[in-house]
Amino acid sequence: MNPAKIEAVRLSAWYGDSQVLREVSLSVPANSVLAIIGPSGCGKSTFVRCLNRMHELVPGARQSGQLRIDGKDLHASGVDPVDLRRRVGMVFQRPNPFPTLSIFDNVIAGLKLNGIGGNHAAIAEKSLQRAALWDEVKDRLHASALSLSGGQQQRLCIARALAIEPEVLLMDEPASALDPIATAKVEELISELKSSLTVIIVTHNMQQAARTSDRTAFFYMGELIEHGETEQIFTNPREPRTEDYVTGKFG
Amino acid sequence: MSPRHTDRSYEAELSALRNRLLELGGKVETEIAMGMRALAERDAKLAEDVMVTDREVNRLEVQIDEACRRLLALRQPAASDLRFITTALKIVVDLERIGDLAVNIAERALDLNQSPPLRPVHDLTKLALACQSQLRKALDAFVDGDTAKAEAVIKDDDLLDALYHKVFNELLGLMMEDPRNIRRATSLMFVAKHLERLGDHATNVAEMVVFMVRGTDIRHPGSRSLK
Repeated sequence: MNPAKIEAVRLSAWYGDSQVLREVSLSVPANSVLAIIGPSGCGKSTFVRCLNRMHELVPGARQSGQLRIDGKDLHASGVDPVDLRRRVGMVFQRPNPFPTLSIFDNVIAGLKLNGIGGNHAAIAEKSLQRAALWDEVKDRLHASALSLSGGQQQRLCIARALAIEPEVLLMDEPASALDPIATAKVEELISELKSSLTVIIVTHNMQQAARTSDRTAFFYMGELIEHGETEQIFTNPREPRTEDYVTGKFG
Repeated sequence: MSPRHTDRSYEAELSALRNRLLELGGKVETEIAMGMRALAERDAKLAEDVMVTDREVNRLEVQIDEACRRLLALRQPAASDLRFITTALKIVVDLERIGDLAVNIAERALDLNQSPPLRPVHDLTKLALACQSQLRKALDAFVDGDTAKAEAVIKDDDLLDALYHKVFNELLGLMMEDPRNIRRATSLMFVAKHLERLGDHATNVAEMVVFMVRGTDIRHPGSRSLK
């Protein structure tokens, strides 16, 4: 296994008085895909939001414990959250392209905002190719991003996240609003991305978790119940609660 | 008892599959008992009944295969459900094969009825009872998810093999005593071989029960490391 890219040590998180994560300790090897599964409200989205320090933006939110990337504490003095979010990209459930920008400008938006120079046209092409969107948009790069279908918009958002070359990509239900073909493209993309970065995907689709990830973590009511090799979690989980969840015996 | 599936029709499909497997197991047990009785009592009608029962066994095998494919395609089973369904797909083959062996024994019974009876071979009766007991225990282990019982079946297969060799030598003795025994003793040798094979299929079922319950494959130790 590769060395840990991301480590959580007894991470707890709250919204006001309600505790949503309970002492989660988990490490994610570099260049691997971790899937996080669990019922709604289990804390999986909060967990990924802690990883790019988005959780602390919510009024009343707080957290305890440690989070490290490459061994470095995310809350150490001198860590700039904006710089961190450049290294830890995120793709959301609903495609959220900038509505007033063209396809091309959407992809390079992160570069412009961060004042990153270089050959933007080349970076845009490479990012769109990595997101498996290039062939579909290369002749209309300056059309509005909203002229794309939902699945294309989601891949555009992935291209936008990739353009600034993050080390970690967080994906919160990235394919839940997509049709099966777009879903297959996004899933294929996830498997390809891990050669250059570390991916965490939150999903309600267990087959998707099984297909795309190397390791799977099962969260329930804010606790990490079990995590291990994806194949083991789906064929022979150790914990009865994991077994009940993956076989559909909940609620 | 583990909780039920949230989707009740899924739960019902799984238990229907389980019931079909039990029905199949019961039928092949009956087939073997009928075949051995047909042989012992020189009962041609009973031997014919084995063949009728085997057609039901074949029908059940096809139904079970279909049910498994349907569950795999429509339900994407995981964990213990996945292990149960893949186990079903495998043990159905062993059980159906046991039914075929019962038919083979019934055919030998019909053949032996054409000649006067040979003197009784007591160890053959013992072998038949031991094989039926192995099959019974393997099916019980499956029903109860009882790995201790399954492991006992696997261990006791050596006893069957030893018994088979005794029967073999006894029949060889009969042939050497009088060449007129050769044809009938050869038929009984086939019966003994069929019973010994039946025991192997019961062992296969027991091995799959261990896999179904624990998720570890105990067949062919060391084969994973071979390239």
